[in-house]
Amino acid sequence: MNDHRGFESVIGLEVHAQLLTRSKIFCGCPTAFGATPNSHVCPVCLGHPGALPVLNRAAVEHAVRFGLAIGCRINQRSVFARKNYFYPDLPKGYQISQFDRPLCEHGQLVVDVDGQPRPIGIIRVHLEEDAGKNLHQGSDPSRSYVDYNRAGVPLAEIVSAPDLRSPAEAVAYLRELRAILIYLESCDGNMQEGSFRCDANVSVRPVGQSALGTRTELKNINSFKFVAQALEHEIERQIDVLADGGQVEQETRLWDEEAHRTRPMRGKEESHDYRYFPDPDLLPLVVDDGWLERLRRERPLLPADRRARLQGELGLPAPDVAMLVEDKALGDYFEAALSRCPGNPRAVANWVVNDVQALVKNAVGGAAACPVAPDALGALIGLVDAGVVASAGARQVFFELAAGRASDPAVAARALGVELVDDSAALAAAVDQVIASSGAEVDKYRAGKKQVIGYLVGQVLRRLGGKVDPKQVNELLRRRLDA
Amino acid sequence: MAIGSEQVLHIAALARLELGAAEIAEMQRDLGAILDYVEQLRGLDVADVEPMTHAATLATPLRDDAVVTPPGAAALANAPARAGDLVAVPRFLE
Ligand SMILES: [Zn+2]
Repeated sequence: MNDHRGFESVIGLEVHAQLLTRSKIFCGCPTAFGATPNSHVCPVCLGHPGALPVLNRAAVEHAVRFGLAIGCRINQRSVFARKNYFYPDLPKGYQISQFDRPLCEHGQLVVDVDGQPRPIGIIRVHLEEDAGKNLHQGSDPSRSYVDYNRAGVPLAEIVSAPDLRSPAEAVAYLRELRAILIYLESCDGNMQEGSFRCDANVSVRPVGQSALGTRTELKNINSFKFVAQALEHEIERQIDVLADGGQVEQETRLWDEEAHRTRPMRGKEESHDYRYFPDPDLLPLVVDDGWLERLRRERPLLPADRRARLQGELGLPAPDVAMLVEDKALGDYFEAALSRCPGNPRAVANWVVNDVQALVKNAVGGAAACPVAPDALGALIGLVDAGVVASAGARQVFFELAAGRASDPAVAARALGVELVDDSAALAAAVDQVIASSGAEVDKYRAGKKQVIGYLVGQVLRRLGGKVDPKQVNELLRRRLDA
Repeated sequence: MAIGSEQVLHIAALARLELGAAEIAEMQRDLGAILDYVEQLRGLDVADVEPMTHAATLATPLRDDAVVTPPGAAALANAPARAGDLVAVPRFLE
């Protein structure tokens, strides 16, 4: 697996997911993104002396739901600890996190690269608070600037075992993790805005060696594309070092998007000596049996459930399944459209992954904000299946609906004049006329060049202004010609 | 239990404390005494004792996920330096 010059790579990922609560984890400040800098701060999240944190129940529920979704053991008694370090974005001089007694442990996620499913261990999931945001571009080159709106936003830190063996597996793992969080409505998964962030621990070792090589930590990778690129570059770099007889240094490196390589973090880090200790301001977090049971029972739909349904139950093609599973809004749209047109899941999937997807690709809210209601699309596909409109006409109707000029596909089809003519006399007359006036083609057909039927169908359609079902024309022509 | 002056200086540096020679010696004594006490505890059999992280045995209280309007600019009144809405700090590199 990923065998480069006799080396294999070993990757573990740490994901920080911002949990979708309205208020911060230990205070009532809002979590909304994009507010005026430092407008969402208070004595608690700024660490003013005497201010006390009070834990947000919703943050706990998000983390427990996620832990249950990946098969974690939920520690019904967990402890918040202070992680002590000094950085301008950390107003208290410590981050409230969890250390030796995290909320969730020992989960697992199955990743599937090229049809080879592999279980990836998840060591732990714990709750912590986010830090503020540092800005380095300002009027004064001797200064940096800090916005504390993000300080105290709840995070779930999700730590995988070093079970990933290639950048492709790492990306598949991240995609699945992100999809689960989105299905749970626990995180919006926005990598650009930083609500879903990833650090990677990477090492290489000669194939067959069981001891791990020295690892580096990669930070600053904020898209799936960069995760793959950063890992590929870092793996090659480490192999180069080892192949030259050198040693990999344990260090933190940043992915430099412009230079397209990793580089050591400039500020020399102090050793990871955080002097964790239980936070005296917070008592242990207890998730009692009743609460845990309720969360277990509430188990919402997960990506794996949808995958099983679309693949197993409906038999959709693999690329359609992948797209409808990963994009929850698109998958929801598909299900809603299908409920209106339950007989033809393949056609519905085809419309959704092509036409709907193209329409909403760059729209905020994705398929949930599609101007064509799923119900209308279902009805439109029903019209095609019933032979009321042909697929070309249906596409015209779809664009009419998308432009907001109509909402009922049947009405739009009539208004556009794309309803198929249900007049067998007119059709039979047109077929006869075409056969009579296309002697050469008819001879060819009868001599065995069956593909000229396409030309003849086209002639009939032209005579009837396209308002007939091409399949029906084809059948009738063949019946006449083969007689 | 003896604790060396380098160890004291390392811990002081992590805590951003500047200690004079006399203070270092004092810290060595105090920290040494604390470690001696911990050493005594180590002799006890605590295999069946639930680790204690807090003197109170209660569970942490929880709050509902409700937004409370933040106090606004007053919360930042004591920031050492500001630039518009932002807090200004000496430049650092990441
Ligand atoms: Zn606050």
